[in-house]
Amino acid sequence: MSAFEPESVPTLKPMFRFQWEPAQDCHVLLYPEGMVRLSGSAGEILKRVDGERSVSAIIAELKAAFAGADLDADVIAFLEQARENGWITV
Amino acid sequence: MAGSLSDISGKPLWLLAELTYRCPLQCPYCSNPLDIARYQQELGTEDWLRVLREARELGAMQLGFSGGEPLVRRDLETLVAEARRLGYYSNLITSGVGMDAERVARFKEAGLDHIQISFQASDEELNNFLGGTASFRHKLEMARAVKAQGYPMVLNIVLHRRNIDQIEDIIRMTIELEADYVELASTQYYGWSRVNVDALLPTRAQLARAEAIAHDYQARMKDRMKIIYVVPDYFENRPKACMNGWGAVFLTIAPDGSALPCHAASSLPGLSFPNVRDHSVREIWYESDAFNHFRGFDWMPEPCRSCPEKTRDFGGCRCQAYMLTGDATATDPVCDKSPHHGALLADVARIESLSDADAAARPLVFRNMRNSRALAAGDEPSPSPANT
Repeated sequence: MSAFEPESVPTLKPMFRFQWEPAQDCHVLLYPEGMVRLSGSAGEILKRVDGERSVSAIIAELKAAFAGADLDADVIAFLEQARENGWITV
Repeated sequence: MAGSLSDISGKPLWLLAELTYRCPLQCPYCSNPLDIARYQQELGTEDWLRVLREARELGAMQLGFSGGEPLVRRDLETLVAEARRLGYYSNLITSGVGMDAERVARFKEAGLDHIQISFQASDEELNNFLGGTASFRHKLEMARAVKAQGYPMVLNIVLHRRNIDQIEDIIRMTIELEADYVELASTQYYGWSRVNVDALLPTRAQLARAEAIAHDYQARMKDRMKIIYVVPDYFENRPKACMNGWGAVFLTIAPDGSALPCHAASSLPGLSFPNVRDHSVREIWYESDAFNHFRGFDWMPEPCRSCPEKTRDFGGCRCQAYMLTGDATATDPVCDKSPHHGALLADVARIESLSDADAAARPLVFRNMRNSRALAAGDEPSPSPANT
């Protein structure tokens, strides 16, 4: 698997639904007969995976939202994992 | 696929709505109870809408519309639309019979998320024989219609002695139909399949061959299609974590409104299952005797009570324990720590020793209302499908 280009655009695959679950107090991914509970940071990243924002735009937004934290590597690692899990295409 | 559930137990995350036990198919391995003919008084639309709302308020996320054949219900579109509005991920679990391309499109418009279609086999003759009705070509057509509407599609094929040798053809069929997930689910022996176990239980040799082929295709199709292969638990040494624990995440509502911790639980003696006509889903889930009966670990006798693995498998399946030992609190005999494990192995060996010809000659008891009534009355069930 190649690394992401900063301008590549991740998209959630159509079989997944991403939503906030009040009863679980977290974001979840729902898919045929299954569900994944997402950590707070995973939720913040996937919230921005909308098929329009690029990887670099997502990272820039997260930095703005979280006081300039050095999170590039974490975001890339999560997106790679999400692609490996079959949740997103990039 | 339920692997991520165990850390969020306590809420009914999975609601299985068995809308009806009416079904145009008559599969002899059906997981419905034997006494389907008793369920004539189906819940009405308003009751179902209330159940969907109440379960969603408690945290339910996944909703299965099942049966019988849920397409028999003409209010299915209404229920699907409400499910979408409430934020469920909704799954239609169907034979495909009772649908046409227009209805598939209407469900999409109403917000249905996913459709699972069952096939009985990959060749028309065997498929139609096992289902007791000529449905194969229609199923193919419906699978194509489901994909054409852009749904994720799961194809489910229940495996047993009569079709497991076709596994490669079955997988090829699912590839051709562009399934997203394929469930190659070995028959689990409850209800109708238990009646037919001598004819349906595969041999170890059949299983070994099928498993190798399934694993080969899992690797080959890795990025295109997810293949789930489930062995029959009679061949394991540890029981399945049935329902992820009793009253932990699963809630089934039967067609008459009775609430069950799993879809087979009505077979258990001495439990009175509450009905959604009389109680709210909240009362049922948290307060009813039935849902608290096998919750947690305090009910367990030995060898489960002191077993370190009890938090992993919850002592296995209560229905299977009752069916095979006569005691619903017993350790599931699939576990090799169960004093009944030897008897199960002996029974499996007895069935395996049947020649192919003998096994094929066993009459299949097809799942239909006529046979349900015959079994309830202690009469001989008919070995041929009912006319539909």
